[in-house]
Amino acid sequence: MTTPLRPPPKKNPERRTLSPTIPPQARSRAAMGLTAAAAEGRFAMQVCGECGAVLYPARDACNKCLSVELSWQDVDPRGELLAETTVRTSTNLYFRERAPWRAGTVRLDAGPIIICHIHGDVPPRARVVMTNRLDRAGQGVLLAMPETPAPDMEDDPQLRAMTSDPKLRRVLIVDGRSDNAPAIAKALHKAGATTIFVGEAEGWRPNPHRAALQAVPGVQVLPLDVTDSASIRELAGEIGGKVDILINNARFIRPGGVLARGDTAFAQQEFDVNVMGLMRLAQAFGPGMCARTADGVNSAVAWVNILSAYALVNMPEFGSFAASQAAALSLGQSLRGEFRDSGLRVMHVFVGPTEDDWHQPLPPPKVAPGSLANDLVKGLQAGLEDVYCGDVAKELVARFRAGPKVLEREMTMGGRS
Amino acid sequence: MSALAGLTQALASGAVRVVDLTHTLDPDFPVIVLPPEFGQCARFRIEEISAYDERGPAWKWHNISMGEHTGTHFDAPSHWISGRDVPNGAVDEIDPGVFVGPVVVIDCSAGAAQDDDYELTPKIIEAWEAEHGRIPAGSWVLLRTDWSKRSGAEYLNLRDDGAHSPGPTPEAIQLLVHDRDIRGFGTETVGTDAGQGGHYTPPYPAHFTLHGAGKYGLQCLRNLDQLPPTGAVLLAAPLKIKGGTGSPLRVMALIEN
Repeated sequence: MTTPLRPPPKKNPERRTLSPTIPPQARSRAAMGLTAAAAEGRFAMQVCGECGAVLYPARDACNKCLSVELSWQDVDPRGELLAETTVRTSTNLYFRERAPWRAGTVRLDAGPIIICHIHGDVPPRARVVMTNRLDRAGQGVLLAMPETPAPDMEDDPQLRAMTSDPKLRRVLIVDGRSDNAPAIAKALHKAGATTIFVGEAEGWRPNPHRAALQAVPGVQVLPLDVTDSASIRELAGEIGGKVDILINNARFIRPGGVLARGDTAFAQQEFDVNVMGLMRLAQAFGPGMCARTADGVNSAVAWVNILSAYALVNMPEFGSFAASQAAALSLGQSLRGEFRDSGLRVMHVFVGPTEDDWHQPLPPPKVAPGSLANDLVKGLQAGLEDVYCGDVAKELVARFRAGPKVLEREMTMGGRS
Repeated sequence: MSALAGLTQALASGAVRVVDLTHTLDPDFPVIVLPPEFGQCARFRIEEISAYDERGPAWKWHNISMGEHTGTHFDAPSHWISGRDVPNGAVDEIDPGVFVGPVVVIDCSAGAAQDDDYELTPKIIEAWEAEHGRIPAGSWVLLRTDWSKRSGAEYLNLRDDGAHSPGPTPEAIQLLVHDRDIRGFGTETVGTDAGQGGHYTPPYPAHFTLHGAGKYGLQCLRNLDQLPPTGAVLLAAPLKIKGGTGSPLRVMALIEN
């Protein structure tokens, strides 16, 4: 039985905050296929294209038939725990600080015997469901989970070390004027977030979402404008040490590509909010969050950017906006590198057209705020790096992976299609 | 003694005092809000270039950005479609003599305190003239509403049907422009027109009438309660922006103590 997490006591101001450490991150290029699958929560193994063997650990040629036609495929995650041990100390700082730590071997129904981390609720010799997760170094690792869910199982220390669970954490939603802000706040509250700071730009304008936000327990609406460096600095000064998860939902969007607009005014606003805003937020909140990734139950865990799926490939009907999203995606990748040593995770939530004023003339399917909020919170609970929310985003990324050039040509048909 | 020597002496002795009618350029100061599909007035923004640090060890400076119509600002005739063909209608073309001149203040603060949509009417202007004399040609006319004492959401006072703030009726501004030949019209609100000014005929009568006649506008003024009804001098020089339709500026008044 997992001991349920309890709200942490107020921090002792005389004690030094633990410095972040991360587990070993060296991997072969072949092994990083596991990481890529873990980033989106898939349990995948290398499968031989010649003989069909499921391979573990990752390698460059099949150990059964020597074929090099190996690909990462989703496989049956079920298996049986063969042996286990509890590591009580380690020369590795990360594990030393987190001991005891369960590890063992599992025979997958799909074939191979694998070495993995073991959830505390898995009894000896039990049937398990394997999960592939990112550890705090951002590398894919395997964690055996109990076959049937157990109470409070999300609070298991080994699992929580790998996820970005909002439970008992404090979250900042950057833009309280966004149509998705109330839904995200509600979903976070439901997931156990204790404090939900919500930024609101331009308090001199009415915010139609304010009442809905303030009705969510734990919500505090505070002034924040991502285009105003001083406002970001000020808020980071006030609450920067209490933000465990930052959700950047600020977005400026107008229809049109390059020629549809006679000027660069909207494009400037798109880049100012969607790209520079992210940069300003990261400069103000990033260092403080990176310093608090080992700060106990409510340690800093995740930085979330909500991006358009058209960050992957441009959609000329929203061409300028899509360009800003591609730039924001690229900045997010930079942040992944810059946050790496701290273990602070950058999660990107890719969405297709959303249910709002600017997408009103577009046909469905469109992502409703509630769906976005649910996928976002589930992504945090699972510790993902990439979430594709809604059918359009899922389809788009599949087509992108199948052939970026083909997709580009499909997206740029012009008016005669 | 020359007139200017007399003035500087009066300033030094305190017989003439300078009143600042300007709001601080602050990133959080309201700007006019248009329907979102239209282009918008940029908010004032300030970014540090260096602050005696590795980016510039001995000096501090900022890059600033804003719209021409951000903060306490001046409206040139070319701001409005009615003034697009007015000669010398851009801020860099205006005779600098325009920037210093007499000013009268019509106090509507009591009415504006009762009614957010308080209107300046010809009747109010005529009543003011009955007390203070006819508005001299070439004067700035400032509408005092004490609106500058409001802050936050109270300032634009936006509701579902738009902004609610005082301003002149079409007849009032026509009286001032055509019959009194004023230099320009200034307000404490975000525009020279009332919050609901778009519903008059013509829409936005202050903008339409003032600029069509080559007159000027000032808005987001403050400290009008420190000015006498007549007898003050206004200093309002916009930045010399090539082809500029307006400009943030420092507006000052000279008053006799």
